[in-house]
Amino acid sequence: MDLLSNIFVTPFTDMVGAPDFFLQVVWEGLVSGVLYALIALGFVLIFRSSRIFNFAQGIMVVFAALTLVGLHEMGAPAWVAVALTLVVMFALAWTVERVVLRPLVGQPDIILFMATIGITLFLIGFGETIFGGENKQMITEELGIPTGDFVLEPFGGLLILQHIDVTAVAVAGLLVVSLLLFLNYTRMGRAVRALGDDHQAALSVGISLQTIWVLVWFIAGIIALVTGIAWGSRAGVSFALEIIAYKALPVLLIGGLESITGAIVGGLMIGVLEKLFEVYWGQPLMGGNTETWFAFVLALIVLMIRPQGLFGERIIERV
Amino acid sequence: MLYRTAGQFKTSYRADQALFPVRQDAILLGIILVCAWVIFPLTASEFTFQTILIPVLIYSLAALGLNILTGYAGQLSLGTGAFMGVGAYACFKLVTIFPELNPILAILMSGVFSAAIGVVFGIPSLRIKGFYLAIATLAAQFFLVWLFEKWAWLYNYNTSGAIQVPNLDIFGLTVAGPLAASVTEYYIVLGIVTLLTLLCINLTRGNLGRMWKATRDMDIAAELIGINLLRVKLLAFAVSSYIVGVAGALFVFMWRGAAEPNLFDIPLSFQILFIAIIGGLGSILGNYLGAILIVGLPVVLNSVPELIGLEIKSATLEHINIMIVGALIIFFLIIEPHGLARLWGLIREKLLVWPFPH
Repeated sequence: MDLLSNIFVTPFTDMVGAPDFFLQVVWEGLVSGVLYALIALGFVLIFRSSRIFNFAQGIMVVFAALTLVGLHEMGAPAWVAVALTLVVMFALAWTVERVVLRPLVGQPDIILFMATIGITLFLIGFGETIFGGENKQMITEELGIPTGDFVLEPFGGLLILQHIDVTAVAVAGLLVVSLLLFLNYTRMGRAVRALGDDHQAALSVGISLQTIWVLVWFIAGIIALVTGIAWGSRAGVSFALEIIAYKALPVLLIGGLESITGAIVGGLMIGVLEKLFEVYWGQPLMGGNTETWFAFVLALIVLMIRPQGLFGERIIERV
Repeated sequence: MLYRTAGQFKTSYRADQALFPVRQDAILLGIILVCAWVIFPLTASEFTFQTILIPVLIYSLAALGLNILTGYAGQLSLGTGAFMGVGAYACFKLVTIFPELNPILAILMSGVFSAAIGVVFGIPSLRIKGFYLAIATLAAQFFLVWLFEKWAWLYNYNTSGAIQVPNLDIFGLTVAGPLAASVTEYYIVLGIVTLLTLLCINLTRGNLGRMWKATRDMDIAAELIGINLLRVKLLAFAVSSYIVGVAGALFVFMWRGAAEPNLFDIPLSFQILFIAIIGGLGSILGNYLGAILIVGLPVVLNSVPELIGLEIKSATLEHINIMIVGALIIFFLIIEPHGLARLWGLIREKLLVWPFPH
């Protein structure tokens, strides 16, 4: 009985009893959810245009952040470092397309998936060899990101919103909107979508596969840089962050591999739910640290009900 | 030339279906077995046992288990490391609860536990397919490793949170633990690996293996010709997890000597997946070739700077190693996406018809 009440009653009375704390937890979850959603977004773009399950997306986040901080340490002013990092991300996109993807076109999915794991390892090794493996501080102040906090008092309680987090959410929103505008209203963007709908039809109307792939990987690189700055200013920059690379997978699968909406909804959902579960169930009942697996189990449950994810294209199989 | 098949006539269907239709294959395997059973143990140093021979065998066994599931039955798994962990922890509990139990028996029994857990996490495969299925095995991966850390009963409530292999003996001969000789450990690993490999070769050639392949190639079609998907998929999970579990028990008891939960984390799963894919999905031989490459590579890379007289800090060296391994994975995927086993197959074809091109 005690256990049942601990599972089904106490957490909810706690939530109602301290609404300000509840809001704080939801906010924290929302912020990490936004970052998960961003990683998933870069992934969805690549998956839609090339059917490649890009495992390296999470590592690209760390790699971008590390390059930025590393370049700044080497003496480049903050904004120059950002520009240089963008150049590096473009070079990466071009190299990946030229060296890895082009020879492997048309291979089974799992081979391409393995190749992206190869890219992941290469980036980890490369980044650490050049910039060192130790944890670094993100250059938050140099980039002009405010570092204070808002203190709100809902329900007579206390709610602290870090300026960094607010900025991250705002920038992420801006990024998503501009991405949608790009995909819907520019020539290149439409080409990306056409390629996602049907490879052969897109090729037959003269869309260059190679150009679009470089473009898509570059956009994924930009998204990675933004995510890297946001995440790095919360937790520091090192490859220990790779755990978020794995977190992006359940986000994607819950949302559905092809859907941008899915990536965003999935990210926010997992961010908030895993925080709530950790605070109200995980720590009191299960010894904490449930965040490592909660997202995966949640994704598993969702997929048992909808095997293609919440927003994925319905899977139709024919013999 | 060496592989000329002239004069080897098959006069019955039985002979045609034999394990080695070409005599040279059998001779080659014989040579390899003699090397493994006699020559290596006589000549190898302690260092070779510990850094190459034993790990190669254990990793190939784990990859073999994964290959049954991913290469033969077509179910992608990213949770191999956790299932190895289940085997290792089960074995640890078995030998501490029943100290009189024969250690080899304990190792073989520990696979049963991981098979059971594998079946549980395999149930979603009936509904979820392809990359979506990877999430089921990832859930297993992260949940089980978390469990190893939090469930103190598993490591007998000791303060370090790690499992330590006690000294175990069979008829007075120490076979595991700090006092065991490398040669003894090597022979036990080799024996179990040989046994399970033989089992797998026959399983995959038989009825069950054909059903697995049919399921892999197209599961709806397989269902239509009367294959019971529930049974076949879960059996694949069970057999695969059994082998992986035994490999995990060997991993800790015959090689590492101690283990912390994070040893079984996702990098281990990926390492096994690399071996299976670089070796070749859907082949038995591939696992060994892949393991030799993946285990041997870091050893070789570590000794290169010394040979050419370069001095590099060990941390930097490690980073460069990761980078080179990543690059080599891509390289091998590009030259032969179907793995080293296919590469060997092509070479063998060429040798069979040599000196003619066709």
